[in-house]
Amino acid sequence: MTRRLMEGSEAMVEAAIAAGCRFFAGYPMTPFTEVLEHFAAKLPEVGGVCINAESELEAVGMAWGALATGARAATGSTGQGLALMQESFSEMTRAELPLVVFHMARGQGDYFQATRGGGHGDYRHIVLAPENVHEGVALTQLAFELADRWRNPVQIYGDYLLAHTAEAVVIPTSDQPERPPKDWAVDGSLGGSGRSRNLNPLGMEKGTKGIEPEPFWKRLQAKHDEIAKTETRCDTESTDDADVVVVAFGSMARFARHAVRELRKDGARVGLVRPITLWPFPTDALAEACEGVKRVAVLEQNGGQMIDDVRLSILGRAPVDPIGGISSDAAGFGIGPIFNPDNVRERIRGALEGREVAA
Amino acid sequence: MSRDPLRVIQTSVTQSPVIKTDQPPSEPAKQKGRFRPALLLHEDHDLCPGCGEPIAIRLMLEVIEELGQAQNSIGVIGIGCYTAFTSSMDVDLVQALHGRAPSVATGAKRMRPDSLIFTLQGDGDMVNEGLQEVIHTAARGESVTCILLNNGVFGETGGHMTATTVLGQRTKNSIEGRDADYHGYPILIGDLLAQLGGTVYAARGSVHDAAGVVKTKNMLRRAFESQLEGGGFSFVEILTMCPTGWFVPTAEGPGYLDNVLGAVHATGELKNHERLVTTAQLLAETRPSGP
Ligand code: SF4
Repeated sequence: MTRRLMEGSEAMVEAAIAAGCRFFAGYPMTPFTEVLEHFAAKLPEVGGVCINAESELEAVGMAWGALATGARAATGSTGQGLALMQESFSEMTRAELPLVVFHMARGQGDYFQATRGGGHGDYRHIVLAPENVHEGVALTQLAFELADRWRNPVQIYGDYLLAHTAEAVVIPTSDQPERPPKDWAVDGSLGGSGRSRNLNPLGMEKGTKGIEPEPFWKRLQAKHDEIAKTETRCDTESTDDADVVVVAFGSMARFARHAVRELRKDGARVGLVRPITLWPFPTDALAEACEGVKRVAVLEQNGGQMIDDVRLSILGRAPVDPIGGISSDAAGFGIGPIFNPDNVRERIRGALEGREVAA
Repeated sequence: MSRDPLRVIQTSVTQSPVIKTDQPPSEPAKQKGRFRPALLLHEDHDLCPGCGEPIAIRLMLEVIEELGQAQNSIGVIGIGCYTAFTSSMDVDLVQALHGRAPSVATGAKRMRPDSLIFTLQGDGDMVNEGLQEVIHTAARGESVTCILLNNGVFGETGGHMTATTVLGQRTKNSIEGRDADYHGYPILIGDLLAQLGGTVYAARGSVHDAAGVVKTKNMLRRAFESQLEGGGFSFVEILTMCPTGWFVPTAEGPGYLDNVLGAVHATGELKNHERLVTTAQLLAETRPSGP
């Protein structure tokens, strides 16, 4: 297998196609645009389809239709575009459609949107946050597996840095293990048999009158509880003897890791916890890694969002302080001055010295 | 501002015979009652007496069956009173969000180009909530068939104004009648769609009487046939009775449909491949003396 230098957008699109994705619909928006461009260029080569939808509402609707037929399909945007798709996200979760969403966010301010969502009702999405392009490839393929395994939407939360950083990566070939048939998908074949399908988000059954929302919603709730129990993923480094544990995700974690390693060389007792799944949040792993620490320092590029989940994990056993903050470039695309190794190292050093770190 | 909206409405409407419910039905009526299309699992439904939607759905199911497409059809269903039929239509279905069926149909068709893919939507669903969906789907020339059940009101919420409500029509939020100065004009959706390059077939039928039912069924057949030929987008608008949402006695529904909605949304073929006709022309042909 050969390594190729590719920016994150291209590498993740290649990974998606290798995972069997055959349909994509999207609407251009920085920094997601290149994901759409690469799908548009590459899907037709493998007999797939990429549609430049009239808006994000239609993009997600088109993916809905493709998924309903059993195809692997995806959409994506930035947080702004995803805001428009929220109604569909919550209903597609209830229709149990294995949607994959490429979220190339303008920074980390969409953590709440990704993990809580803005749709209606009780629903959950698996959210994967790659630290670099190499992991972006692996998590893209995992996203399609998890989506099918749970029949639930999965979001890949990236950002400008992930989408536009070029790294030498290997795309695993597409000889996937045989995937189980999707007997729930519609192909028209059961029409007139008395057993035709109704793929719907309302819990409606053919042959019965009306809907019974409560048992239907409870069944989905049980599924989400099961996902929460079994699908958390987390990466820890140097936490065993740490006085301070830094918690960071995605691109921010890449900078945190670099700083933690440098500070370790100076003898500082500092470690890193990086949630890979933002939902389900790795509560237990984080609590375990932070046992006995003097301080938990949350480095995120926003006004304080993931810190809520960190506090719910630590439950007062150690002080949990923000060392990140809102940080933006002039265009608002999410590449603020906080993404700077010296800056990040000084913030962590401040946490080690017990200083309050200004955003 | 013109404040005489009701002048547009012809208030004397023809009466349909009332079915007596205080005595058992006659034998022919019983036979008719027991009839159901092959693609309907059961005949129960919660729609109002006198509703036109079940008639339109019956025609659609019959055409699917007659074209031999029962095992090859996927329906994408909008949100309205007709949604209740998703539990009894024996065709593979995908339930869409309000207004979003044409996009869902697009995704399904692109993955299954040989399937017969149709949407079933109301006027609130297609012309209000999801207007851009159907327009872009037509413009792209997607080989899907969009079916609109147009009764000029949001029936399910209890009779509110939609984008196809005609001038002068009373609804719960245009209580003195739709006033052009205040509420704007109805959208003639068939004309919008017919003029797009991707549309191969567009027609407007009505189920207010037996002749209308027969014509509507033929339109559905032609629309599905054009889809199966793979030419592009096809569209059938069906005017349906909604006595509940119009606040008229059930028996007056068909007359009201013909005289009030039908006088604006004139019936006929708007596009059949190269032949393009406007609603205004249809109106001049079918109602030369005006409404
Ligand atoms: S409200 Fe109107 S459209 Fe709905 S079922 Fe009753 S008559 Fe039919």
